[in-house]
Amino acid sequence: MLAARGDVSIPRILILPMRVLPLWPVSLGLSALARRILQAHPEILSRIDKYQSKGFALDITDLPFALHLDPARAAVRAWPRGAAPPADARISGTLAGFLAMLHGVEDGDTLFFSGALQIEGDMSAVLALRNALDDAELDLGAEVQRALPMLAPPLRAAIARFERLTGLPLRRPDLSEVY
Amino acid sequence: MDLTVAPNPFFWNAAFVRDFYAQLAGAPVARVVLGELVCSKRLPFWQDEIPQAIETLQAAGKEVAVTSLALITLKRERKLTADLLGLGLPVEVNDLSALHHIPAGTPFWVGPLVNIYNDSTLRWLVRRGARRICLPPELPIDSVALLADIAQAEGIALEVWGHGRLPLAISGRCYHARLHERAKDSCQFICDADPDGRDVDTLDGQRFLSVNGVQTLSQAYACMADHVGRLREIGVSALRLQPQSVGFAALCADYARLPEGRMSPDALVGNLRAAHPDMQLCDGYGRGGAGASWRGRALYR
Amino acid sequence: MELVCPAGTPAALRAAVDSGAHSVYCGFADATNARNFPGLNFSRAELAEGVGYAHAQGAKVLVAINTFPTAGDEGLWHCAVADAACAGADAVILADLGLLAHAAEHHPDLRRHLSVQAAAANPDAINFYAEAFGVRRVVLPRVLSVEEIAAINREIAVETEVFVFGGLCVMAEGRCSLSSYATGRSPNMNGVCSPPEFVDYANEGGQNVARLGGFVIHRTPNGASAPYPTLCKGCFTSADKTGHVFEDAVSLDASTLVPRLAKAGVTALKIEGRQRSRAYVGQIVRAFRAVTDALEAGREPPALALARLSEGQSATTGAYAKTWR
Repeated sequence: MLAARGDVSIPRILILPMRVLPLWPVSLGLSALARRILQAHPEILSRIDKYQSKGFALDITDLPFALHLDPARAAVRAWPRGAAPPADARISGTLAGFLAMLHGVEDGDTLFFSGALQIEGDMSAVLALRNALDDAELDLGAEVQRALPMLAPPLRAAIARFERLTGLPLRRPDLSEVY
Repeated sequence: MDLTVAPNPFFWNAAFVRDFYAQLAGAPVARVVLGELVCSKRLPFWQDEIPQAIETLQAAGKEVAVTSLALITLKRERKLTADLLGLGLPVEVNDLSALHHIPAGTPFWVGPLVNIYNDSTLRWLVRRGARRICLPPELPIDSVALLADIAQAEGIALEVWGHGRLPLAISGRCYHARLHERAKDSCQFICDADPDGRDVDTLDGQRFLSVNGVQTLSQAYACMADHVGRLREIGVSALRLQPQSVGFAALCADYARLPEGRMSPDALVGNLRAAHPDMQLCDGYGRGGAGASWRGRALYR
Repeated sequence: MELVCPAGTPAALRAAVDSGAHSVYCGFADATNARNFPGLNFSRAELAEGVGYAHAQGAKVLVAINTFPTAGDEGLWHCAVADAACAGADAVILADLGLLAHAAEHHPDLRRHLSVQAAAANPDAINFYAEAFGVRRVVLPRVLSVEEIAAINREIAVETEVFVFGGLCVMAEGRCSLSSYATGRSPNMNGVCSPPEFVDYANEGGQNVARLGGFVIHRTPNGASAPYPTLCKGCFTSADKTGHVFEDAVSLDASTLVPRLAKAGVTALKIEGRQRSRAYVGQIVRAFRAVTDALEAGREPPALALARLSEGQSATTGAYAKTWR
């Protein structure tokens, strides 16, 4: 069983630089990644269906900023906490929780029942997003490497090291080893 | 359009049952379905009243049918169901397994606890022998209209829920016993303390449901007075009224005046409010929305 | 024993098959099935692909078409049965009398299972469905004790399937209108219970309040999680009592009863949870497969530690123990 179940948090040493750096590169990078993912997995948008136009606040509680996801425009923007635009639905939890859910290691309802994940606003939109992403079997580590093919080998090593260091699931594991 | 009295879902003692049906003999209703619907454990306490009630009602010119239980699980409940036909009255099926005991070709009635949502199901039951069908309360009026056409073409009578706390669910678990921290098998028949069900409110004090042994009802009383005109137009032939412990004969008399226009829905509602100041009303199913709304407004927002 | 596992998405189907499911059940993305939630269920192409994936690994696919067709719109349900047959489904799971009659007439070779939504709770009901519509297997409602299940199996000729894990209806399934009373949408008509579009979470005076259709279902202190406002799991007041009048926020875990269920003549064990993720499906299926494998080999089944995956993070054996009632 993986250690990362939503109760792992990002080391403080990594948080400090994030506090002082500007947020626009984060928005650019994440939006580029989102575009790639949606292009490679068109079924995500078809599952989200009529909730594509909803705005989702992804409140990753151990990051110094909040994310706002706009599926229809394939846009992810980072905002200083408190300055984020209003969203139709808000999902709050730790980065580890989000990543574990995305990578099929952890069940969203389980995190929700245990209080590790909180939801506000449009429940239908949240379910549509959750189910669409769960079906897509994403691997963020692999997507990042594909986005930057020149850097793939060093990235792979860096991601693996980062995973070991933080306990965060950055790649989709072989699930037969997880359960 | 005439009136059918639903089987009494509550646990009343023998004397109360006797008085109730004696009084009902004088009410302007066309037919009465009686028998135990909710819990077979109650039956020994009042079953001796059934033959007398049948006789009284028939003598008063009413058609009488006997209901099956809503949920049949135990061996003695199956035996009970098999014996119903022996009474020589139409059996109202409220659990489909009762059909197993009704030979093909023998006419029967179907109660509101059988799931009839569409043409195929209605036609199948008619072919099997159904002669009178009360549709489930949650059925939207558009569906009622379509099914009424078929019922008319097939020459069978179609009823809808007209008045009374809505039968929303049936369970293996007894909520009355649970509220008294007892197991169902040692319930000590505590549901007799609540002749119209035991009210269940939300934590904010919103009136919501009512439990009656293994049955869950709405706390609000359905009142389809506003919809009688439309229901009559689309070919619904009877309105079903559910017994309640107080003022039932009077409300039967009022509902009987509705179809001919001898009483307006507002006057009927006014009488209900005067006679039962605490009675919350609902008619949402008749308007195709949440059951818990009254005249187009949610009971709570 | 056959392990029948839930799949709300193609990914969950693959997770179930990879984790050892003997059968997977799923439905189309519309009102024809009883888990009609946003983002869930299968298109026609996805079902055909899923059937291919399952069959390649020796698993079966059962298609749930277990809501009650709307008058005047029965074509949608008839289509679903025809498309399931086309996709190579091993059986359809049906509840409605009219739809059963249609399937028996137009698709006589397609195996028919009786859905739990038909609430066939005694041998007479089961024999009625078997004789009238050629039903081969019945999913038993969750109102029966193990002893009653054994007694039923002695009187019927068709297979029985029982729920062993997951969300628990306390009412007889397919016979509950609580949801439509509060919201206008019900499991029978729309394939949804306590639908998400009627859920409202609010923060009031230091408490999380969960409402459904305007009715307060839960109040929990801030910081604690507010459970999903499923009507029958709510906290209510009746006279001097406040609490979970119908059922606590628990879910079913009958893993310890599997040997007794086998002895009672049960053919298949069903896991609830088409609305859950592939992570959930994978973990539960793997755990239960260990139980059925042990049983086949004559070994003592392992104790499972699955409580954290359950709603309320606690479990009950439900109606299988007579005292539950």
